[in-house]
Amino acid sequence: MSGQQTILKVEGLTKQFGGVAAVHDVSFEVKEGEIFAVIGPNGAGKTTLFNMITGVLPVTTGKVYFKDRELTGLKPYQIAALGVTRTFQNLEVFSNMTVIENVMTGAHLRMNTGILRAGFRFPSVVREEVNIMEKAMECLKLVGIEHLAYERAVTLPYGNQRLLEIARAYVSEPELIFLDEPLAGLNSEETRKWINVILKMRENGMTFVFVEHDIEAVMSISDRIVVLDNGIKIGEGTPEEIYENPKVVAAYLGEEEEDAVSC
Amino acid sequence: MDRTDLKKIYNNSLAGPLIFAGVLFLLPFVVQSNYILSIMIMIGFYALLCNGLTLLMGYAGQISLGHAAFYGIGAYMSAYLSAKMGLSPWLGMLAGMILAAIIAYIVGIPIFKLKGHYLALATLGFGVIVYTAFKELKDFTGGLNGFFGIPTISLFGFEFNNDFRFYYLIWLFVILGILFSRNIIHSRIGRALRSIEGSEVASDAVGVNIMKYKLQVFMLSAMFASLSGSLYAHYITFINPNLFDVMTSIYLLIMVVIGGASSIWGSVIGAAVFVLLGEILKSVVPLVFPNAGGEFEIVFFGLLLVVTLIYMPNGLSPQLEKLIARFRRNKELVPAPVAAGRDGVESGGDQS
Repeated sequence: MSGQQTILKVEGLTKQFGGVAAVHDVSFEVKEGEIFAVIGPNGAGKTTLFNMITGVLPVTTGKVYFKDRELTGLKPYQIAALGVTRTFQNLEVFSNMTVIENVMTGAHLRMNTGILRAGFRFPSVVREEVNIMEKAMECLKLVGIEHLAYERAVTLPYGNQRLLEIARAYVSEPELIFLDEPLAGLNSEETRKWINVILKMRENGMTFVFVEHDIEAVMSISDRIVVLDNGIKIGEGTPEEIYENPKVVAAYLGEEEEDAVSC
Repeated sequence: MDRTDLKKIYNNSLAGPLIFAGVLFLLPFVVQSNYILSIMIMIGFYALLCNGLTLLMGYAGQISLGHAAFYGIGAYMSAYLSAKMGLSPWLGMLAGMILAAIIAYIVGIPIFKLKGHYLALATLGFGVIVYTAFKELKDFTGGLNGFFGIPTISLFGFEFNNDFRFYYLIWLFVILGILFSRNIIHSRIGRALRSIEGSEVASDAVGVNIMKYKLQVFMLSAMFASLSGSLYAHYITFINPNLFDVMTSIYLLIMVVIGGASSIWGSVIGAAVFVLLGEILKSVVPLVFPNAGGEFEIVFFGLLLVVTLIYMPNGLSPQLEKLIARFRRNKELVPAPVAAGRDGVESGGDQS
């Protein structure tokens, strides 16, 4: 949309689990400022693809570039340091912390305090803590849960935990955020809230790539979409183009006549 | 605005530690008993050791069944350098801590590739190896015969050569240790450690170098253990390998769990409960079972561990915090609505 610079380039990514190719030769590019969706039926390999890009799973073959830096082979924390972070399908908030501490942990890379300086609590440590706490509070305001800042994270309802994960990712000022099924388990009210948050963050220059089942939501906010089926890319384009792609329709709805018979 | 802000999440007030220090300071004047003092000193050693162990186990969620090894490394290093080489015990202490940190680093790299039960077993194995080394490196340690004649510690000519004096030395270290640990917990490092306990994948994704922090906290806890061991050696002036065997590591684990692994005060509570119960057992058990040996302790503390894990998985310290919070609320009935949010912090994770 905004800048036309390529921010993420995925080249021929393949993941073999034994003899099975969970993802096979998938390539696409994401432009700066885009909201980019990866969709596909269950078991299409979306999460596997995500895990490879974010360094959670090693790739079998293929390459991933963030701007000009190769991400392949890097660990998640190294990828995070380059400005790429993510949220999780099965919520992974830090259940042993308050909401604001969760977000402050997200700012880990924006801080310098080491173990010794922390132990002696130099004045610089306190200053840094105060700064980060304010910044964390701003992020909580952005996603609209600042009133819950001092609650324990586990006590939050599901929808708010999703928002918390986004705030935690956003606070580190990444350039690209991966969202793994961010709408799973949300009701329509929560989904609407979530979409507003994402659109607001995009206005601030963030790029998003997300995996999702909820086609309605995907179509309404994505700029471009990649469709996977059985680990293979079967379509790519704007929401309109995807609607009209016969392969995609077939994968999603089943080829109508044949399926009707076989059922 | 600045300071009040942080106070909402981290209770960094000095009131608690100061009251604690005050009580400790007065205790020897109120209770004039060498027996009580010697018990308090034992509690001090364990509290100092468990302090580091709590950072490792409670906050970072990494188990260690080998910390008696670091306790022993500190004790022997300090003993050897002061008794055999004639160096100052303070130097021995420092050398012990450095050696413990180096060993923790070297051992930590392979074992922190493991998790859960496997990590527990690896650390147990490490403990056994070091214990065997203490037994067999007779030139350095004196083997099972023990190491005699360790000098007492002194500072500017003031010798800590009796219980009364040593009591203040050890508890000074404990309080400094608690403040140091609390500062770490209330910082970026503390959150990084807790994030590892909370969710390793998420921790990784926000950029926490998990291996680095596991190693750092392991090294730090090893240094605490080593320091405690050095002090112990200079207090008791005679050590032997059996003080640092695997059973000791398990007792340390029991202390941390009973005290509450997710509160830094838990280390003091756990150490106190362990030592006091041990003393009570020693006097009560022979009355009931005249022929009973030391095994009773093992059975008893084993049971206690199980009961604690079932009924109080977060140990005693959260219960105590609740009590203090209730006490406060009663005292200042009118202006205390903030307390709830702030007290929750130290009683970190629900181990599931």
